[in-house]
Amino acid sequence: MSKPSHMVMLRWLLWREFTLAWRRKSDVMAMLAFFVIVASVFPLGMDPDSRLLRTIAPGVVWVSALLASILGVGRLFGSDYTDGTLEQMLVTPQPLLLIVSGKILAQWLMTGIPLVVISPLLAMQFGLPAGGTRMLVVSLIAGIPILNLIGAIGASLTLGVRGGGAIVALIVLPLCVPVLVFGAGGNASLIGAVLALTLVFAPWAAASALRIAVE
Amino acid sequence: MLETSHLQCVRGNRTIFRDVSFAVRPGDCFRLTGPNGSGKTSLLRMLCGLLTPACGSIQWRGTAIQRLGEEYLSEISYLGHRPGIKDELTALENLRVSCGLSGIELSHRAAASALERLGLSGRMNLPARFLSEGERRRAAIARLVVGRSTLWLLDEVMTSLDREAVDSIQLMIEDHLSDGGMAIVATHQDLKLSGSFQRIELAA
Amino acid sequence: MGNWYKYASPINLYPLASRMIPWFAIPAAILLAAGVYVGLFVAPTDFQQGDVYRVLFIHVPAAWMGMMLYVLMAIYAAIGWAWNARASSMMASSLSITGALFTFLSLITGALWGKPTWGTWWVWDARTTSTLILLFLYIGFISLQSAIDDPRRADRAGAVLALVGVINVPIIYFSVQWWNTLHQGATIRIASATTTMAPTMLVAWMIMLAACWLYSVAVVLSRLCCIIADRESLEVAR
Repeated sequence: MSKPSHMVMLRWLLWREFTLAWRRKSDVMAMLAFFVIVASVFPLGMDPDSRLLRTIAPGVVWVSALLASILGVGRLFGSDYTDGTLEQMLVTPQPLLLIVSGKILAQWLMTGIPLVVISPLLAMQFGLPAGGTRMLVVSLIAGIPILNLIGAIGASLTLGVRGGGAIVALIVLPLCVPVLVFGAGGNASLIGAVLALTLVFAPWAAASALRIAVE
Repeated sequence: MLETSHLQCVRGNRTIFRDVSFAVRPGDCFRLTGPNGSGKTSLLRMLCGLLTPACGSIQWRGTAIQRLGEEYLSEISYLGHRPGIKDELTALENLRVSCGLSGIELSHRAAASALERLGLSGRMNLPARFLSEGERRRAAIARLVVGRSTLWLLDEVMTSLDREAVDSIQLMIEDHLSDGGMAIVATHQDLKLSGSFQRIELAA
Repeated sequence: MGNWYKYASPINLYPLASRMIPWFAIPAAILLAAGVYVGLFVAPTDFQQGDVYRVLFIHVPAAWMGMMLYVLMAIYAAIGWAWNARASSMMASSLSITGALFTFLSLITGALWGKPTWGTWWVWDARTTSTLILLFLYIGFISLQSAIDDPRRADRAGAVLALVGVINVPIIYFSVQWWNTLHQGATIRIASATTTMAPTMLVAWMIMLAACWLYSVAVVLSRLCCIIADRESLEVAR
């Protein structure tokens, strides 16, 4: 038996998150399918004029990514809360901030990256040219971590609370307006600034909210 | 080593218990009793730092546990109401992950032998959702075997266990106490230990 | 100074709060009447906008109140969380509803002003959109608190959300401004709402703002008393 180490913890945490997601693929798959379906449904609600679609493409893809992220936020802490593993995490001699950051990182790797990979296909559906698609993909790469981070705050605040997904959406959507605006507008440096700020505050806020929820 | 003084627990608008004070020294075992709703779980959660007492203090080796933080948590093991086992992982994986999350690398062999001690030799490679309630609880208790914590905080760990398992857990607690460890056990069932143990009775 | 700490306990705060209400409610009513009088009858008809601009006498103070009460709510919530002061958290919960109502009022009056002025009920300009998002932030806070059963958990969770919101508000405002300038062509340029301000207009605004503040204090204190009575009922019963 060795001395407790942060690296060991992070390694096991990531292994745990990936293994759990792999053995229960439907969670992540449903979220990705939702992303595709929501984006695809927009043209059905309007005149699919190609010029119009090209204009709304970044906005539609971004809103769909936002909604899909909110949908997937429950799996961050939900099942750990119900089976008691979350309170075990709060009782380990490891910093909660690190554990929460690790979980958000795993969430991004498992759900965020697939969203980015799928997005060019959606961009193609909307007839977005190569330049526009590139900008969209870059903005998603920088912006989806922000959605995961803010989503984590929403998830931890609403642990075990009735009201379902609607309440998480109510809390998270207004906070995601900046990243939505900058993302759909295609300004990577502004997204980067928001990402830096969110990286500093969000894990702390989520960890505090977890302690509050578990009390 | 662990000292509490004048602990008070308030949930919602109700005061669950007040003025609870006791001291735990190496080799001590405390049995926590009281009717349902008397705050046994809340008291144990206070001792883990999960719940903040409305007033009173908890001190470990003379320092408040809030001040010690991780230093204190590294010396305790807490088994709560729910076993803390992931259904999708096997008992073996659950144990290794549990240690891993504390930052300690547990080898496959060490984990397997701990689970064997708890009578799970044939079942340790099944996903936990195929285990019975008692087996899940035993898989969780394996954490105590592998950890090296001084203070054990056990909340109703003997539920769903058969006579044989209860006996072996009691033996485990005895060994732990004779090694200088401490235990606070909340249980409805009788605790039969070779040494003496003290009681904390929480009135409703 | 030591004596003030006793008001951190809701039970002790209740009598003080309920006694204070009339001291704010009555002046509020007087100032409101004065403000309405000045706004409707004394202030001159605007050269450009006619009489419609008078709606701004409610719209502008309401918008300011919405923003100021959000910050105040976040401060009370943070104090209630950091110092475990239940009374402070109850103030935050009480402020949230009044703040939301003022924000909603500012959106409605904004629309009432917008229709005759721009021809549409709603315009996606920076200020209106930011106010709308502020309303959503309030709704999020109120919904979170009402969805959580345990009152202390609701207090603390609300504090985290309010703090996150308050940090986000400047960022949201900036991003909406940026979004607005990005899509300049689609929006209507708003000519300055106040061209030359006659002194009586300024007076009317000040009176209305003061009336809003006094009204807020009265209504927040009265709601605070209801919250205290509700949450401390068991303690009082003993």
